Amino acid sequence: MEPFRKHTGLCVPLNRINVDTDQIIPKQFLKRIERTGFGAYLFHDWRFLDTGELNPDFVLNAPRYQGASILVAGTNFGCGSSREHAPWALQDYGFAAVIAPSFGDIFRNNCYKNGLLPVVLSEDISADLIRQIEAQEVYRLTIDLESQKVIQSDGTAHAFEIGDFQRQCLLNGLDEIGWTLQFESSIAEYESGREVY
Amino acid sequence: MKPRTMFEKIWNAHIVREVPGEATILYIDTHLVHEVTSPQAFEGLRLAGRKVRCPHLTFATMDHNVPTTDRSLPITDLIAAKQIETLAKNCSEFGITLYDLHSAKQGIVHVIGPELGITQPGKTMVCGDSHTSTHGALGALAIGIGTSEIEHVLATQCLLQQRSKTFEINIEGQLSHGVTAKDIILSIIGKIGIGGGTGTVVEYSGSTIRSLSIEERMTVCNMSIEAGARAGMVAPDDTTYEYLADREFSPKGEAFNRAVERWNRLRPDEGASYDKSISIDAKTLAPQVTWGTNPGMVTDVTGVVPDPDDMPTLDEKNAVQRALEYVNLTPGTQMTDVQVDRVFIGSCTNSRITDLRAAAETAKGRKVAPTVNALVVPGSQAVKRQAEAEGLDGIFRAAGFEWREAGCSMCLGMNPDILMPGQRCASTSNRNFEGRQGKGGRTHLVSPQMAAAAAIAGHFVDVRTWE
Ligand code: SF4
Repeated sequence: MEPFRKHTGLCVPLNRINVDTDQIIPKQFLKRIERTGFGAYLFHDWRFLDTGELNPDFVLNAPRYQGASILVAGTNFGCGSSREHAPWALQDYGFAAVIAPSFGDIFRNNCYKNGLLPVVLSEDISADLIRQIEAQEVYRLTIDLESQKVIQSDGTAHAFEIGDFQRQCLLNGLDEIGWTLQFESSIAEYESGREVY
Repeated sequence: MKPRTMFEKIWNAHIVREVPGEATILYIDTHLVHEVTSPQAFEGLRLAGRKVRCPHLTFATMDHNVPTTDRSLPITDLIAAKQIETLAKNCSEFGITLYDLHSAKQGIVHVIGPELGITQPGKTMVCGDSHTSTHGALGALAIGIGTSEIEHVLATQCLLQQRSKTFEINIEGQLSHGVTAKDIILSIIGKIGIGGGTGTVVEYSGSTIRSLSIEERMTVCNMSIEAGARAGMVAPDDTTYEYLADREFSPKGEAFNRAVERWNRLRPDEGASYDKSISIDAKTLAPQVTWGTNPGMVTDVTGVVPDPDDMPTLDEKNAVQRALEYVNLTPGTQMTDVQVDRVFIGSCTNSRITDLRAAAETAKGRKVAPTVNALVVPGSQAVKRQAEAEGLDGIFRAAGFEWREAGCSMCLGMNPDILMPGQRCASTSNRNFEGRQGKGGRTHLVSPQMAAAAAIAGHFVDVRTWE
């Protein structure tokens, strides 16, 4: 996994609550057996018209948001299914981070495992960021994981919480399996005392 | 000792390592695998030169994109066929038991786990599927995980987890005739919202839950994830032990009795405290129907489609407006006036034998409305055989329902069973998200009885008035 330390990027607002993983990557694209190539299908049913053309009304398609790497969304982003294809698609499309007031639990875990940073900011701050992004032609934010802050270009900073362990994993691009296997002897010890029937 | 919840007991019994500032290394007793979320995990193992640590604790089946029509024919969707083949290859390479397309034990992963007795009280279980919460009905701590976590569990038999918060949902009293486990869980989600359980493990308790069969408890636990919860569980009791006795993987004889003693100790201690609690009076519950694009957008069958202007926040108003546009319903419409084109009876929520019996009972001696196409998809081959032995397939066929092979089918439409754009479906599944059953399709979640009645009437009906 690539480490995540600090990222500055163009923001795009997705002003909807409860965006589920079925919308992030619809099921017809889950049949690939690779981890790559899902970006083309991100938000497929919203992003494309029935004719296969880009839907000009969907925010991600607006010219001003091309190249965006930070998505700012409404509450409970990524609820629903466990498909890791959702963070894979977001990342493959070019996103490095998603900011929202809350996330679906499995989705959030899946993000951490892939170095995509889910940032929880309060409803008020998220809504305010969405307003600012909409009002300004080019709006960038900096996300500093080291200091746990989202920083606006005018210097205003918003602190965010993240578990120590997740933070360390992201900062160091840690291989979690490798990490767990350091404790192989503890696993073996647990197994030897385990009731089997 | 401080009184403990059931979650705490199971969690504590599975800690391999717990150090502040680190994720807990939690031992996993059973890992269930299916074709859609696993290929990249096996590939990861291969790339890193790793093995599956405990193949004997890992079980696989094919369910998500399998055809539900004649299994002797080749699969026409080549990409789905490749995924199915890949799972078979991976299982044989890594030594994992697989119930494949032609196995008599094949079925939806959350149906076969309990059915085979693999699911047991006090176990930690994972599967790369959010509805893993189903297995909590037997008192297991069962968690849905992503593909990276699948790889982690395959390699280490452990999961890295943060301790969840606990949430007790207590339901007391007797359900009215025609009100089912599905209506319990849909009305809970309607009350607490689809994010209401986020970050928690739910323990269901109370006399209503105690009176439910294991299959009904599965329906409740299954949809815990639709309230955002990591898992849902019910403490084991005699109903649980009766269900488990004599199943293939259940302990036998003396070992079973010893297991029961141990399982009895899983019940939450008197006075155990939860981070959150709510109580529900079963008497107040009516059959439920969803009207929108998530399971929290739900109402009593006697209710109407809500008005976006009545929503408390702007976000919710916008969400309701979007949902109504998508499902093409006008505020104020009586739910019983809503016509359906398709009916789907199946999915890990409601495809077990008792679900099919209930639906068949409702449909018996009647005919599916000429405007409706209705499908019954048993959850497993075993359910299918049992239903056929009881003649349920005959009842369904005579009424005009199609009778299929086991799989996820139109719950998510990864196989050819999908809605066409604009079609409206009464479905016993668990998600009514946009496009879930097919792009542009409109899903209304209901109980098996409600689905069968809608198939016959051509619109939703209050099953409490069904003769
Ligand atoms: S039946 Fe539906 S919800 Fe259940 S495992 Fe299959 S796809 Fe998932």
